Amino acid sequence: MPAAPTAAAPMNVFDPTALAQRRQRALVLGPETFLLDRVAEDLLDRLGAVKRRFGNAADLGTPTRVLRDALAASGMVETYKAFGPAERADVDVVTDPEILPFAPASLELVVSALALQSVNDLPGALAQIRRALRPDGLLLAGFLGGGTLNELREAFAIAESDTLGGISPRVAPFVDLRDLGGLLQRAGLALPVTDVDRVVVRYGDPLALLHDLRRMGAANPLADRRRAPLLKKTLVRLFEVYAERFADPDGRLRATFEIVWISGWAPHESQQKPLRPGSAKTRLADALRVPEGKLPGEG
Amino acid sequence: MAAQSNNPAPVSPRAGYEIDPKLLELLVCPVTKGPLDYDRAAQELVSRAARLAYPIRDGIPILLADEARQLTEEEAAR
Repeated sequence: MPAAPTAAAPMNVFDPTALAQRRQRALVLGPETFLLDRVAEDLLDRLGAVKRRFGNAADLGTPTRVLRDALAASGMVETYKAFGPAERADVDVVTDPEILPFAPASLELVVSALALQSVNDLPGALAQIRRALRPDGLLLAGFLGGGTLNELREAFAIAESDTLGGISPRVAPFVDLRDLGGLLQRAGLALPVTDVDRVVVRYGDPLALLHDLRRMGAANPLADRRRAPLLKKTLVRLFEVYAERFADPDGRLRATFEIVWISGWAPHESQQKPLRPGSAKTRLADALRVPEGKLPGEG
Repeated sequence: MAAQSNNPAPVSPRAGYEIDPKLLELLVCPVTKGPLDYDRAAQELVSRAARLAYPIRDGIPILLADEARQLTEEEAAR
């Protein structure tokens, strides 16, 4: 895949070629899946709470078979098709997450675990998913958000600034939870819900964290990343800063992963809606059991 | 998960796979969101609107514009 920006992604934060290489390397190293397994388990729980069986379900970019296997065992979906990148031999359709091949109103469920954080154009992807959903179809996705790897971001900034006299982007920007509800609504999804799950992992040293990130396929995929190899003095300083700032009393180092969850439904008349303005049958003052009075400064 | 083809006379060495018709119903051309025609012999999904033929490798449609073949003038006119 060439790294050239496509028409659908006017500003590329992520380098698609690097993303593909990172995923490939994770497969070779043997993927580290503790975070993905947690997200998949959570996704199953959330789906179970919906108490509904779904017909056509599509998985968008989940890095392993974990959702396929879990959903098959759960009996919650009739057909499940995995849409994902080319490095994987076990997807049903090879797809670019920015330019989706879903037929309009063809799906009852779209799920995704730990994939949407590296989409350059998330609003565009959400709009395409919305169009692919049938009325009353559900999007449910968990991916890395805002506070993820804040410790590493800060430690790298200090280490690079101290040893190189400047900083380069080391940790990806992640979407803020506060923006997500608006994005879901803009995409035309009803009953949008967003929430966040913080996972703190403790490591003996930063190298163990960096190694885990490689095995998650999560090494730096940024288009503007510094291409020169990491210098030893920068790495040494990174160790010092991380230990100074982010160690627990027992000396182990904290790394935060923030999983943001989004869900939204393709609109359907059966869904709850706000009443029309002026349709209330009870006075607010009665409901609150207070005397109705004038506002201060009013006539 | 491609089912083994029931076609008695495979026309191409790669035609051992038959795409699940249920999967085809879910797919459109990612570029134009227009229909895709399944070319069994060539193992391609053809988008006339985009003038692209997406390959199917080992039963897996590769719906990436970068990987697709440009249709010839003759094919596009058909």
